[in-house]
Amino acid sequence: MNSGYAVPAVALVVVATVLVGAFGLRVSRTTSDFYVASRTVGPRLNAAAISGEYLSAASFLGIAGLVLVQGPDMLWYPVGYTAGYLVLLLFVAAPLRRSGAYTLPDFAEARLASRPVRRLAGAFVVGVGWLYLLPQLQGAGLTLTVLTGAPDSLGGVIVAVVVTATVAAGGMRSITFVQAFQYWLKLTALLVPALFLVVAWQGDGAPRHAFAEPAAFREQRAVHVDDTVDLTLEAPLTVTVTGTVDGRRHDATALRLPAGTHRIERGTRLTFARGSAVPAADRSADGTMSASLAAGRAERPLYATYGLILATFLGTMGLPHVVVRFYTSPHGVAARRTTVAVLALIGCFYLLPPLYGALGRLYAPELALTGDADAAVLLLPDRMIGGPGGDLLGALVAGGAFAAFLSTASGLTMAVAGVLTQDVLPSRGVRHFRLGTGLAMAVPLAAAVVVGGLPVADAVGLAFAVSASSFCPLLVLGIWWRRLTPPGAAAGMLVGGGSAFLAVTATMAGLPATGSLHALLAWPALWSVPLGFLTMVLVSLATASRVPPGTAAILARFHLPESLGATEVKA
Amino acid sequence: MSGFLAGLLVAILPLLAAGFWLGRRTARPQSLGGLGTPVEHATFQTLHTASLAAPPLRSGLTEETARKSARGLRSLLGTDALCLADEKDVLVWDGVGAHHRAEIAQRLAGPLETGRGEAFPLHCGSPDCPVRWAVVAPLTVDDRVHGALVACAPRESAVLVRAAGEVARWVSVQLELADLDDSRTRLIEAEIKALRAQISPHFIFNSLAVIASFVRTDPERARELLLEFADFTRYSFRRHGDFTTLADELHAIDQYLALVRARFGDRLAVTLQIAPEVLPVALPFLCLQPLVENAVKHGLEGKADKCHIRITAQDAGAEALVVIEDDGAGMDPELLRRILAGGGSPSGGIGLSNVDDRLRQVYGDDHGLVLETAPGAGMKITARLPKYQPGVHSGARLTPE
Repeated sequence: MNSGYAVPAVALVVVATVLVGAFGLRVSRTTSDFYVASRTVGPRLNAAAISGEYLSAASFLGIAGLVLVQGPDMLWYPVGYTAGYLVLLLFVAAPLRRSGAYTLPDFAEARLASRPVRRLAGAFVVGVGWLYLLPQLQGAGLTLTVLTGAPDSLGGVIVAVVVTATVAAGGMRSITFVQAFQYWLKLTALLVPALFLVVAWQGDGAPRHAFAEPAAFREQRAVHVDDTVDLTLEAPLTVTVTGTVDGRRHDATALRLPAGTHRIERGTRLTFARGSAVPAADRSADGTMSASLAAGRAERPLYATYGLILATFLGTMGLPHVVVRFYTSPHGVAARRTTVAVLALIGCFYLLPPLYGALGRLYAPELALTGDADAAVLLLPDRMIGGPGGDLLGALVAGGAFAAFLSTASGLTMAVAGVLTQDVLPSRGVRHFRLGTGLAMAVPLAAAVVVGGLPVADAVGLAFAVSASSFCPLLVLGIWWRRLTPPGAAAGMLVGGGSAFLAVTATMAGLPATGSLHALLAWPALWSVPLGFLTMVLVSLATASRVPPGTAAILARFHLPESLGATEVKA
Repeated sequence: MSGFLAGLLVAILPLLAAGFWLGRRTARPQSLGGLGTPVEHATFQTLHTASLAAPPLRSGLTEETARKSARGLRSLLGTDALCLADEKDVLVWDGVGAHHRAEIAQRLAGPLETGRGEAFPLHCGSPDCPVRWAVVAPLTVDDRVHGALVACAPRESAVLVRAAGEVARWVSVQLELADLDDSRTRLIEAEIKALRAQISPHFIFNSLAVIASFVRTDPERARELLLEFADFTRYSFRRHGDFTTLADELHAIDQYLALVRARFGDRLAVTLQIAPEVLPVALPFLCLQPLVENAVKHGLEGKADKCHIRITAQDAGAEALVVIEDDGAGMDPELLRRILAGGGSPSGGIGLSNVDDRLRQVYGDDHGLVLETAPGAGMKITARLPKYQPGVHSGARLTPE
């Protein structure tokens, strides 16, 4: 792909983000008019900001990649990512805003008046934030590799440096405007090329077999294998090979591979004939991380699907960078309106990635083989349209992808750094915030360099699972159950969230590659969320004497509209 | 393999962190154990037990604090059973023989009435009951009986009577301290109430004079100003809630400036730069308006030409950063320090030190005002307001758009 357009596009997005972050406020809000200056953020602007911060690499690249590789089952991802806001709207949004809490640890303290629970919640914010940052950096690395052939980790390093610098320098202050801008940028970057791609697809005779199994090459296609893979063939296949297959060197020879598993060494070039089926690659063989959670999904599809649904539906409310945005809403009703607008905006956006996935299955099926399926969105414009037009559209998509990494990563870094500065590092101050920012980014960056290869949407799914098992019980029970006690909340978060976290790290480390244990660990939400709720309820009931004294007044404040609260007698 | 190792590392990190945290929390300086003679060692032990029992009692005598401290007190006395009671009932029974609880509760009435200790035998049906005697020592705060400490033992013992008396006196001291804490909190609350809403009388006179000057020449303007004045005083004198939102406070500042502008006309220019994210931040009521008032006063003082005031509110992570700048006469930093230290000043520095006091009381000592000034160089006042602070919530809804 021609990087002549893409690199400037990426650079432009980076520079624009930094500049708007640093100067946006000065330009847009300097006034001598109090009415203008004290206008609060309206629900729609705030919703665009939330969406901009929320739509990450997983949404922008990951969903299309998963749909490409695994077909329509993966449509549960966009559904789940969206429906999480429905749960948030119904159970959490307005009371959370009325609690006056800025972060999740604030909420824990406001509700339970307990420093230890606050610290524990802070620890989980850091954990979820790191798990979520990891795929952003990996996605950035992948994007840059696809665009320019740069080393894998370079893109991640660039995003890490830009985000750390802007956040630590106190930039991103007018963050609502920046993030709202990012949402529209991302939507444009997917929508405009999508329109062109659909036109191209129509011009191509509108082939409809996108989800017919298995995906097949529509024309002769050469595939370069960058990492050693094991190919599993269901039927014999004829390919032209330059490189090493099953330990034997070939040089541009036509080879008939019988059904079974074949090892393709790195650096091999395979040329498939028109119409041949795309073989399935098993990347666990080359000694790196388990490349995908596909194994568990294939074995236990129903369990995996429900695990995913539960994690995404309930995990959204515990995402640290989403929660802080609700503070910007002036009151509970506005928070609810904001959530409704978020549902609309995100719903619109999520129509597009599956489209890319389906087109990718038609026009770039070899991505499933090389393991770069996440790059489908980036490659399609070039593949389907080509020429300068394709390059320009590709550049637009690349810019949008970088907007996705930057916005989500900066929001997460702010949240994690805030917790590190406030609750972990010894004393407060600007220097410590900078230290916290560095630390917040250093850990996922190191992990992104060391831990390779989980598809970004899967990796984000794991962060959702931890969030759903720790914060969902805390928020839902904290808001709706008056008998919650500090020990109960702490135990529930530790047992639910802790076990989910262990399962997730085990999965990322590639511990059990197959079997039902793998499915249990790769999709922990289905058992860890009920476990978290159950522990929280049981321990709370067992420590009934520890219900915080002001609970009735606090819950009244959570649930009564502010206009009533003003005249409320002191409870 | 490297992947597996990395995963393992990632998994171990949180465990390490948790271990570190637990270790730090539970670590106690044990190094004193080997020091000194056995007698000194026993003294250390006693003092340590006493210090462990003290913190719960510092928050007053309730069922929970009694429960938390009873065990420490019992080991301090070395008895088989100990109970703590308030004026009405037995709060907690630590140790054996809890079936005497009701009996003790009945016998307490006398000592609580007289405020004198008492020792009496316990009546028990079972022959092998471990406690036969009870020593009651009253807990007095300011000569008023607040409760009693009861130590039970198998037999009568003068040592126990003496020890119980001493421990009761020690507990009484803790309760007195709790009382002191309580009155300090009340004092702070009263102070906040007294400090709030001190709009200066000069401002009222000046505003009314300005409005009066417009009544003939420009009645419409006079009417508008009167309405602004009414709104501002309504905000200043409101009774409910100690906290407001930044948006409401800005609204009040706007009304204040409208009145000031009517007096000084074009001499006063104001620039605002407010990040909308921080508008919902809750803050102590009327804590920015005095700063603006101060800036206006200093900006126009001894200057014939224009004064420029700049108000910024920035979003800084978990805090809002509010800066109020003027380009007026400035001030000698030494003088300012004296004013803030409570020395008082002729030019009404009350406003600044008042705001500083309140911010420190609400948010803690590291959230006081930061002032940068020099003679002739204007003044810059910075306030850091946490977005969330336990107990701080505005209660009122932001003004609807």
